[in-house]
Amino acid sequence: MVMTCEGVWREISNYLDGEVTPDLRAAMEEHFRGCQKCSSVLEGTRNVIGLYGEDRMFEPPQGYSQRLHQRLEQNMPRSRRNFLGWMVAAAAAVLVAGGFELGRSAVSGQPELRSEHAQPGTGVPADMMVIVAEDGKTFHAAGCQFIHDQARLRTIPASEAQREGYSPCIRCMKKYLNESGRVNADDDDDDAEFASATPK
Amino acid sequence: MPDEAISLENRAERLNEEMLIRRIRDGEHELFYELIRPYERRVYSTAFAILRNEADAEDVAQEAVLKAFKHIRQFRAEARFSTWLISITVNEARMRRRKEHAEIMQPIVDHQDEEGNYTPHDFADWREIPSETLERSEVRQKLAEALASLGQKYREVFVLRDMQHLSIEETAKTLGVSTASVKTRLLRARLMLRDLLAPGLGGSWGSKLSFAKGTKPW
Repeated sequence: MVMTCEGVWREISNYLDGEVTPDLRAAMEEHFRGCQKCSSVLEGTRNVIGLYGEDRMFEPPQGYSQRLHQRLEQNMPRSRRNFLGWMVAAAAAVLVAGGFELGRSAVSGQPELRSEHAQPGTGVPADMMVIVAEDGKTFHAAGCQFIHDQARLRTIPASEAQREGYSPCIRCMKKYLNESGRVNADDDDDDAEFASATPK
Repeated sequence: MPDEAISLENRAERLNEEMLIRRIRDGEHELFYELIRPYERRVYSTAFAILRNEADAEDVAQEAVLKAFKHIRQFRAEARFSTWLISITVNEARMRRRKEHAEIMQPIVDHQDEEGNYTPHDFADWREIPSETLERSEVRQKLAEALASLGQKYREVFVLRDMQHLSIEETAKTLGVSTASVKTRLLRARLMLRDLLAPGLGGSWGSKLSFAKGTKPW
């Protein structure tokens, strides 16, 4: 199947979402190999999705979380366990945060991440085979649509990728990035400090 | 594909949420804080992306979370809690917008034929944009401006699918449109954003983007 540029543009979004048939995918890939314009549109669109998908676009104003909890508290029916529950939750949060900080301070002997804002993705199985690009920053599952630089890819175990400072792709490795961990990792200053010495 | 494996961990997370929800329904209301903690930011950013105003977004985020608490009994386990919460947020934000008669401010692009083909304008060669780029507040500002300049229906689809990572089906259900519409709108939203951001992302962020002055290249 030979495709025109217009045909490729119509399907480029579905292509990135993996919503095209294998035949169409093959035809599009053939077209990308020979068409600089369409490769540029593909890379640009992929960048747009990657940047906006990062979850740091709209920072809530300071105190948002506290105000939200206050509002909830005012509207929550009183329960005898309420106060106790709060204390337990608060204590747990302190413990988790403390553990997280300890965890951070304990990783000094580990390789530093190639990207300051990446999450280490500790849940990725060590022996899982992943794909890395030579000058990329993230590692991917095979077939991930967000693999850049197809020409210089290596397949290595996840543990090795992490040793080399690659961090998990937020798309295909999403299942290993735990939401509650993200809450703790929200403090950008801390993150920057965590990975500070390593600008690549 | 990112959705291909609902992993064991996701399942464990879901079971944990189901357990929390059951206990909240049984009267342990304080557990609601734990249930929503991972999603607080997402609720705000969804509201902000739709309303484009911090104060309204925070207000709507509070309303949405309160509504989720009050209606927790109506939550059906076949959906993800996060998707349900985001749906409530989208509805609250839409109601707020209607109240403020924001429709008259709809950008011209909303009246375009959404089935029509979109032709990209810029073919600058982009390499991978490092995620550190987002550290720069002016870059975040440009991204926010570009998103804000999209018509409502494109913005909503883009926010749910690409920022909140809902599936195409979940996005369609949340917005009450067909999956075909979601795909068409998503295509246009992504390509429009790419064109808007190309001068910065393809080259230097120092250049002024045309949409900053209220003009749109499409």
